[in-house]
Amino acid sequence: MLAFLGSFGDILANGPLYQSTFRLAAILVFAAVGEWVAERAGTINLSVEAMLLGGHFASAIAYTQTSNFAFSLLVGAIAGVFVSSLQAYLSHYLNADQFGIGLTLNILLLGLVAFLEPNFDLSTKLAGETKIPLLYDIPILGPAMFGQRWPMYLVYAVIPLSWWLLMRTTWGLEVRAVGEDPQAADVTGIHVNARRRHAILYTGLIAGLGGAVYLLGQVGRFESGNIGGKGIIAIAAVIFGGWTLRGAVAGCILFGYVDALRLNLPNIVGHDFNAQLLAALPFLATIVVMLIFAKHTRQPVSLARPFIRGLK
Amino acid sequence: MSTTPTAKRDRVELIALYVVSIVAAFVIAAILVNTSGGSWSKAVEAMINGAFKNPGRWGETLRRAAPLLIVAAGSAIAAKAGIINIGQEGQVLIGATGAAFIMTKIHPGSPLMLILGVLLGMLAGAAWAGISALLYYWRRVPVVLSTLLLVYLSSQITGYTMTRKFLLLEVIEGSPTKIQNSAKTAVNSRLGIMHIFGNNVPLTVPIAIIFAVGVAYMLAHSVWGFRLKMLGLNPRTAQRAGVSHVRFGTMALLTSGAAAGLAGSLMLATGESNYRASSGFAASVGWDGLLVALVARNNPYASIPVALAFASLHTGSNFLAAAGVESVLVDVIRGLLVLALFIPPAVSELRKKRRVLALMTERA
Repeated sequence: MLAFLGSFGDILANGPLYQSTFRLAAILVFAAVGEWVAERAGTINLSVEAMLLGGHFASAIAYTQTSNFAFSLLVGAIAGVFVSSLQAYLSHYLNADQFGIGLTLNILLLGLVAFLEPNFDLSTKLAGETKIPLLYDIPILGPAMFGQRWPMYLVYAVIPLSWWLLMRTTWGLEVRAVGEDPQAADVTGIHVNARRRHAILYTGLIAGLGGAVYLLGQVGRFESGNIGGKGIIAIAAVIFGGWTLRGAVAGCILFGYVDALRLNLPNIVGHDFNAQLLAALPFLATIVVMLIFAKHTRQPVSLARPFIRGLK
Repeated sequence: MSTTPTAKRDRVELIALYVVSIVAAFVIAAILVNTSGGSWSKAVEAMINGAFKNPGRWGETLRRAAPLLIVAAGSAIAAKAGIINIGQEGQVLIGATGAAFIMTKIHPGSPLMLILGVLLGMLAGAAWAGISALLYYWRRVPVVLSTLLLVYLSSQITGYTMTRKFLLLEVIEGSPTKIQNSAKTAVNSRLGIMHIFGNNVPLTVPIAIIFAVGVAYMLAHSVWGFRLKMLGLNPRTAQRAGVSHVRFGTMALLTSGAAAGLAGSLMLATGESNYRASSGFAASVGWDGLLVALVARNNPYASIPVALAFASLHTGSNFLAAAGVESVLVDVIRGLLVLALFIPPAVSELRKKRRVLALMTERA
């Protein structure tokens, strides 16, 4: 029992664990914050996975060509917008099934990246570490939150920016209206599907940036399996958070923590776990967490309902 | 308003749109092949050889198409009820794993084991989908999300059963058991294979066709199908008419999971990956089957040619490497093709709507 409590203490006081929690949560936050905006507009983008991957791959190519971090991040964001424009126009201009489109884009991007990758001699590096003075000295959390490579700090900009856009601008009000009651919004002169498309394009921008940040601020080397399911977990985080920004970010931290546990547990406890079961941990935890929390939330009324004027 | 000439024009327009967008998808793929140093004409030739022309290949294509059709017909059931099950990949895998428990463990097998194995496979697939039903109706977790999360979980769990001897790991005397797959299924628990013109056509092919036709018939002509459709079109009306959302929704989801499990266990019984289950066993049959259903707009009859097309892409891709093209190209083609098949009906709807609007403003 004492040994058990001891190892429990080890887990709680383990600095590297918090650092990797922050890193793994950050990538989820990019995807989840973007997806949050889209879901408030009443759409679910399974293709957020493809947007992450698009940004991840495009920034790898851009960095190989130019060796410029800022430019590569920009290229990643643009790639995300490109993928999301497919989702946006196919599902909210042509009214094709949004889940079908999302799933297809995920498969398409994965295939495209695997097909194109051998043609590029990709070599990428990690951006430099920046320690933010004073804040870095906070015990345990300081190094985790303020001792990262600089692209990771973009996450601190993305969260308030998205909140301001959705909660304090006219555009944001219209986006939320479109997610709740598209018929009423339509009557007041808001172009429902245009707002939804904008929201999806914003998701692409942020998720693409996230994919690029993940490459240049965290993993450093491109692999097509890097994203593997992170977009899906980000969608789960939005639902876990009850479609609030606070909740979505909390969900990302929770799922990031579980993912970090998966990576660090064998080192901390010094016991070999079954690799398969460990790999299943984030998904299992996501399901269990949803089981406990999902009921107490209120979703945007018109979530995942396509809007066609004249048809309810 | 929909006079005969307009209806006819709509149909011609739709067909033209289909032709244009499919051609566009292949042109994009051809450009990709050529820019990455391959030759598109060689790639096309290789794919045709791989899917049909070479000896024994069309049998392989049919072998791949059969489970796709079963999965697609199952997806249609859930979709008709308005439930979006996108976890077929996991349900196929769990179904095959479930079947493997019976088909590999009981030696010497008897034909009864085949039936039991397939039943357990269907049960396992249904149970896996049932988790999503439980999560939705008990805790309001969206089905789209839970089915998708369960796909990721399924391969890990199946992988785990392949690492433990008391579960499914094959025990080979005197050799370290590193290969993570199950033992071969018992000979008696295998399903027959027909030999037609030098091709091996497994019995899953007629089973799949019967299954798809049966599902189509039930959806169109039975009370059960009517209730499912009512639930899908208007849950509130359905509830008023005595069709319980919980009961029928759960049943639709379980049935579609069972269909995926059936596909998985039949794949195992007809010798997919040499009669051994492993964590990669499903080999995209679930994803492809789902896409077949989506493209065929949840019509089981239309799923038959679409499944055949998807299967020939898959078998054709096996010959791509010899033509100097990466076989993952086929994932790109498949993605582009699905997008291309989504676009025409949507464009046609949009144009129809615009015409009606124009007509109305004209009258006003």
